Amino acid sequence: MSQTPRRTRYSGWRLLREALRSHQGWTPAWDEREPAAAYDVVIIGGGGHGLATAYYLARTHGIANVAVIEKGWIGGGNTGRNTTIIRSNYFHPQSAALYDLSVSLYESLSKELNYNIMFSQRGMMEIAHDQPELETMMRAANAMRINGVDIEVIDRDETLRREPLLDPSPRSRWPICGALLQRRAGTARHDAVAWGYARAAAARGVHIIQNCEVRGFLREHGRIVAIQTNRGDIRGARFGLAVAGNSSVLANLAGFELPLQSYTLQAMVSEPVKPCLNMVSLSTSTGSYISQSDKGELVMGGNLDRSPSYAQRGGFRVTQSVVAPLLEMFPSFSTLKLMRQWGGTVDASPDNSPIIGPAPVAGLYLNCGWGTGGFKAIPAGGTLLAHLLATGRHHPLSEPFDHRRFGRGELVDEGHAGVAH
Amino acid sequence: MQIFPCPYCGPRSDAEFHYVGDADKPRPARDCSDEQWAQYLLMRSNARGATRELWVHRTGCGRWLVVNRDTVTHEIHAVEPMNR
Repeated sequence: MSQTPRRTRYSGWRLLREALRSHQGWTPAWDEREPAAAYDVVIIGGGGHGLATAYYLARTHGIANVAVIEKGWIGGGNTGRNTTIIRSNYFHPQSAALYDLSVSLYESLSKELNYNIMFSQRGMMEIAHDQPELETMMRAANAMRINGVDIEVIDRDETLRREPLLDPSPRSRWPICGALLQRRAGTARHDAVAWGYARAAAARGVHIIQNCEVRGFLREHGRIVAIQTNRGDIRGARFGLAVAGNSSVLANLAGFELPLQSYTLQAMVSEPVKPCLNMVSLSTSTGSYISQSDKGELVMGGNLDRSPSYAQRGGFRVTQSVVAPLLEMFPSFSTLKLMRQWGGTVDASPDNSPIIGPAPVAGLYLNCGWGTGGFKAIPAGGTLLAHLLATGRHHPLSEPFDHRRFGRGELVDEGHAGVAH
Repeated sequence: MQIFPCPYCGPRSDAEFHYVGDADKPRPARDCSDEQWAQYLLMRSNARGATRELWVHRTGCGRWLVVNRDTVTHEIHAVEPMNR
């Protein structure tokens, strides 16, 4: 392996120093690499999960002879297309443990990576529009609190106090009745999560190889020993798969099926305005949600487009169904223009929970099925896949998410928490 | 919006149609194993490109249809009545 180059450490002093020398001293955050012939671990997919996996392999397990293979550019798939919400208000204990680990890791990630991921724990409200919905929420809140997640139910007045632009009228199409509040939830800068992990992994010797598409797997004695790419064959002792919406395509190349269906999930932003929203707000009945980016855009998302798709673009009907209830809840936003709308391909699993564990083929390990909620789980997904790739065995937290749960009927059904992110 | 050609009703809005799953999926025998049943119930071909899918014209004629569709371009190549 070639020498890992010197890398600039980011700090206030460094910024000042570079400001005084016309910014001539910055070094690239990571380097372009030609693929080597073989690695200890090859990770397919240079999104948040793949890059985090590489980082934790190098940091936690001391395995730095690692390549991350990305067919496009890093963070250009769902990591760069999602609405950046981080939360852990899940119902089942297995999920609570998984997503709470992720929130905890996000809390210290800027410092750990020496890269500002702009994690803003502004809190999230899941808003109830009627009394039965609020009572269902109380049941969920009780379950979450038993699981150790910081959750509280707040009443109508507190909800309106926290987000004054909500329409207080009881005659509104979507009246405000109360909310499920997670104070530790928030948003982060999605590109920074990908770039921060990439930079920290590259600093420890990981090769990040972009514009490299996997076209097939080579097997010896039933075990995957190499991938075939447009830049030649790359051998590995173990392979990780973290390709979200394209998981079934790669699984098909490796000779097995997954219980996943790929759909388009849309996101959209308004024109930027001055700060007017304090938190992330989700309408439980409609699945639509809204927050404000640091640039001032209102970031909105909601339900999936309804037909299976790899198009990475959504239809107008869903765009309209996302925006319409938010305009009922926040009438003053009706004068804003919708500036951009886009889509990503998400891999929906039957129980709205991820699939983490060994693949049905030896030598390959899976991290997929996050569906609409992969971004919030990046640090946990990376930690768990790195553990599997380093040891060949499950981490206790990933055990319930093995693909064999489907054959046993041991589903972790997050139908409620999994709807919208 | 997209127009789906229903063999019974003619060209209709996609809002009337509902996706069900893979077409041509053989139902296992009643005494099959749990794994075989899970395979039938949960596994998906989830192909990128040309697919044969089962749809129902839910708020139209209510008939079940086999739709030959491309999951990348969303182009519909053919819609046939379901024969079983």
